[in-house]
Amino acid sequence: MTETEWQIVVLSLRVSGVAILLALPLAFALAWLLARGRFPGKVLLDALVHLPLVLPPVVTGWMLLLAFGANGPAGRFLAETLGLTFMFRWTGAALAAAVMALPLMVRAMRLSIEAVDRRLEGAARTLGAGPWRTFFTVTLPLTMPGVLAGLVLGFARSIGEFGATITFVSNIPGETQTLPLAIYAALQVPGSEGAVTRLAVISVLLSLAALVASEMLARRSGRGGGHVL
Amino acid sequence: MSFEIDVTIERGAARIVANYKVPKGLIALFGPSGAGKTSILDAVAGLLRPTRGRIAVGDTVLFDSERKIDLPPERRACGYVFQDGRLFPHKSVRDNLLYGWKLAAEDQRWMALEEAVDFLGIAPLLDRMPRTLSGGEAQRVAIGRALLRGPKFLLMDEPLSSLDMARREEIMAVILRIRDELKLPILYVSHDRAEVERLADTVIPIGG
Repeated sequence: MTETEWQIVVLSLRVSGVAILLALPLAFALAWLLARGRFPGKVLLDALVHLPLVLPPVVTGWMLLLAFGANGPAGRFLAETLGLTFMFRWTGAALAAAVMALPLMVRAMRLSIEAVDRRLEGAARTLGAGPWRTFFTVTLPLTMPGVLAGLVLGFARSIGEFGATITFVSNIPGETQTLPLAIYAALQVPGSEGAVTRLAVISVLLSLAALVASEMLARRSGRGGGHVL
Repeated sequence: MSFEIDVTIERGAARIVANYKVPKGLIALFGPSGAGKTSILDAVAGLLRPTRGRIAVGDTVLFDSERKIDLPPERRACGYVFQDGRLFPHKSVRDNLLYGWKLAAEDQRWMALEEAVDFLGIAPLLDRMPRTLSGGEAQRVAIGRALLRGPKFLLMDEPLSSLDMARREEIMAVILRIRDELKLPILYVSHDRAEVERLADTVIPIGG
């Protein structure tokens, strides 16, 4: 593996890691709202959350460009308040990956929240636990397998993210060129079959590692839980 | 210590009206399934809010729609034994038993883990997970969990219904000991006449 390839892997991991950590609290909150909430417009929110899953990724990338570009409302706001910019930067790649991963994370977490027997929460309340303690000692542990599944699905989706990223922040080596973008770039160059193969193998290994890790985590946290996804 | 229940509960289209003032001991709410017995227990526990009325146990008012009193379930000092046990599936038997005990104030507790374990004969179960327990074992743990919470009264919802005959005898003996030795007021729901006649000091027919 060359140094450039190593950099690509590190960048991919950083982009995906930041993306799912960024998306995690939001995904859980959305999953909670969709699972437990009763409010007008729930169907609309559900559709909005799932939009990146069904839209062509290029369209999602274009919309990100409109919203978070240098002249986009969200982009200008974040640049002025936090000094955070996305254009042609790895932060933009992370944002695109987060948006693309969000629907999958919400789905997995929502299922696990819906699977929690709410009568157990009632039991905890009669045993002296307030609403927050009930959440942290009963609800959250029981949804953990779903949260972990959501993280792994989100990570896998982020690592593979291509269309929205290349549309939103282009394909810049060392900044926005994650694994899939690097493979795409290498494919454009004649005689680079070796590089393509190595990058592809790395992709496969990363995805496998994520799956194995999730399996192990789920086993440990699911001990006695009996809740799968 | 007496139960004073005067409430109207609406669940969907069903409307349950209850009005009793009963003395201490084991009070059985007796009637066919679907008559709203469990709803009444849930209302006393604070898991279901009546549309109007008043619930008091001893001199503690738990709910009073006129005076806008509605204690949250965690402050009602009630031990609720559910029909299906409702043990926490992700916690060991020991952690299930100690869940309410740890949350109770020092002066609220009146039983130690060892006492409850001896009383119910569940010492060999402590390190097991709930899903490995039989129905009778789970029900004993559920009773222990409710007792260790340091309750001032118990609510029991058909605690025998999921058990076979032999286990029934065993749990019934435990309930009689709670009534006679621990002298804990119990509101007990059942649809089984024989069971009610054997256990109850007072029987209140519901519906039917």
